[in-house]
Amino acid sequence: MPEPLGTGDVESVHYQPEPATLVRREAFTEVDSVFAFELEERAELGHLPGQFVQLFIPGVGEAPFSVSSSPTSGGPFELCIREVGAVTRAIHDLEIGDQVGIRGPFGEVCDIPTFRDHDLLFVAGGIGLAPLRSMINYSIANRDWFDDVTVLYGCKEPAEVLFPDEVARWSDSTAVDFRMTVDEVPEGQEWDGHVGVITTLIPGLDVDPENTYTIVCGPPVMFQFVQEELDEKEIPHDHIYLSLERRMHCGVGLCGHCQINDLYVCQDGPVFNYEVIKERPEALA
Amino acid sequence: MKILDKPDFEDLVNGLIAADPREVVGVQHDGSKYVFDELVEAGDLCLDYDVTMLSPKKYFFPQRERLVQYGTGEEGYDVIADWSEAGRIIVGVHPYDLVAIEQLDTIFIDEQGDEPYRRKRENSVLIGVTMQSVSEWSFAGSMGTATTDSGYDLMVTELPDSYAIEIGSRKGSELLEDAKTREATIEEVEAVESEKAAIEDEFEKEIEFPPAQLPSLLDQNYDAMAVWNEYAEGCLSCGTCNVICPTCYCFNVDVVDYLTDDVGGTVRRWDGCLLEDFAAVAGGENFREERVERHRHRLMRKGNYIYERYGDIACVGCGRCTQHCVADVADPSEIYNELWRSVHA
Repeated sequence: MPEPLGTGDVESVHYQPEPATLVRREAFTEVDSVFAFELEERAELGHLPGQFVQLFIPGVGEAPFSVSSSPTSGGPFELCIREVGAVTRAIHDLEIGDQVGIRGPFGEVCDIPTFRDHDLLFVAGGIGLAPLRSMINYSIANRDWFDDVTVLYGCKEPAEVLFPDEVARWSDSTAVDFRMTVDEVPEGQEWDGHVGVITTLIPGLDVDPENTYTIVCGPPVMFQFVQEELDEKEIPHDHIYLSLERRMHCGVGLCGHCQINDLYVCQDGPVFNYEVIKERPEALA
Repeated sequence: MKILDKPDFEDLVNGLIAADPREVVGVQHDGSKYVFDELVEAGDLCLDYDVTMLSPKKYFFPQRERLVQYGTGEEGYDVIADWSEAGRIIVGVHPYDLVAIEQLDTIFIDEQGDEPYRRKRENSVLIGVTMQSVSEWSFAGSMGTATTDSGYDLMVTELPDSYAIEIGSRKGSELLEDAKTREATIEEVEAVESEKAAIEDEFEKEIEFPPAQLPSLLDQNYDAMAVWNEYAEGCLSCGTCNVICPTCYCFNVDVVDYLTDDVGGTVRRWDGCLLEDFAAVAGGENFREERVERHRHRLMRKGNYIYERYGDIACVGCGRCTQHCVADVADPSEIYNELWRSVHA
């Protein structure tokens, strides 16, 4: 192996991942699992809720993932990953003790502490719960900062629920008003909750629009319909945040893959204020 | 301004080739085209060229470049940064390419601190040359990039029996330490000025409005689909306009496994926003699926987005994209003029 160049300072090199070890994993569905990674010497990742990391698998590739755990929980950080391509397949093949490379955390987030003394409304669709979970748990850990905290979570069918144990806890908790829905209940699956797409949960909410900050994450097709319902509730657009997905290659504002018009998801996002993003036609196309 | 007689200039370049630890590259013939390539002797230099195939960007941001290398260590993988920091002495850079490099310096060094770029750039010396011929596709004159007062370490202008040399930096000045220079006469300084002024009139193409209007023009015409479609229809999504552009810098990061041993690395390679899957994500979504969206993105980025973010118009008017587009739909001057005329008709 060649010697590191210059100071070998990871910060200034950008592209050199830090080693991390898989210490825990749990499967939710056939394709969705949560993976907990620990940095060397049990160092904290030092992320803010909403930020992402680049996960590098030697021999396979590197891909961006939002951090699913809240920094308030400490210890290993968690990534909830759906198996859809080569890198995610390799991650699903990892065994406890296997090593990966981590770069980051990267990205600009919504500054949740500035939402103090307001209501919070989280809207998570499908795998969109993965990034929102860090913000939800961060808010619960600082519960006395906020007035009402509401979490809406929708997925396709009961068998696709992510973090089912945690979802059950939120559901039983008085700290959050947790409401869930599934699009449909296929034969053979049990469900006694609400059925319908996630937008059907919004009309029933008692929202104090000026006093509410909303954070939304889900598949691209969901945003527009959720926004229509949020407009019905007259939530000001600068009180709405969206966590957007793009394919970041570098994480440092250069490679161009995550560009939304003039913005870079890796630097200006992934969490954007709707007031900013609604002016960018490529954001929600 | 310094003056070096032509044989002394050749001696200077040959001396650098012989003694400087850095590779000396310069503009040379390659078939009917010109390229920046390693110089074996000063006599191979073609300083009266019109445009090179690729800009010298390739020396700071190579087409393929390893970023990290890994191998098996005691506990899993060792991964370390591993890129070349080799600088070069680059002879014969036209002003528009110097402007392009200044823009990349802003982005890669000042704004984003990209070390692989910075090391190679800062270890290099740029010797510019005043344009003597103009490519039929260039509109650098109207972009204000046919001449430049900055971005070079030395700037060379050919006079009948000598080269006039302007010093742009300490690095440049140091190269001249042992050269047989003399101070230019007032007449020679004037000759250089008139040569630079004369080149402005040589361009066949131009944008018909001040480039400062481009960001606003594009902002207003984002939805001018008739114009965008007219050009995008013929586009083959081949990405040639991206890869030959001196200001384009998008890239992919690939993981490469070596066939021997359990080692590999990551490689960044040029990518292009015109390529079909450029904005695709793993879940199957493609955020710029339509050809016209990708085509528009390139021209928005050149004339608006980069300006909004960094303050530069990211088209220097070199004409390479026009020259190499097989579908003949890439000419920024033609498209920008059409948009401008549609507003000012």
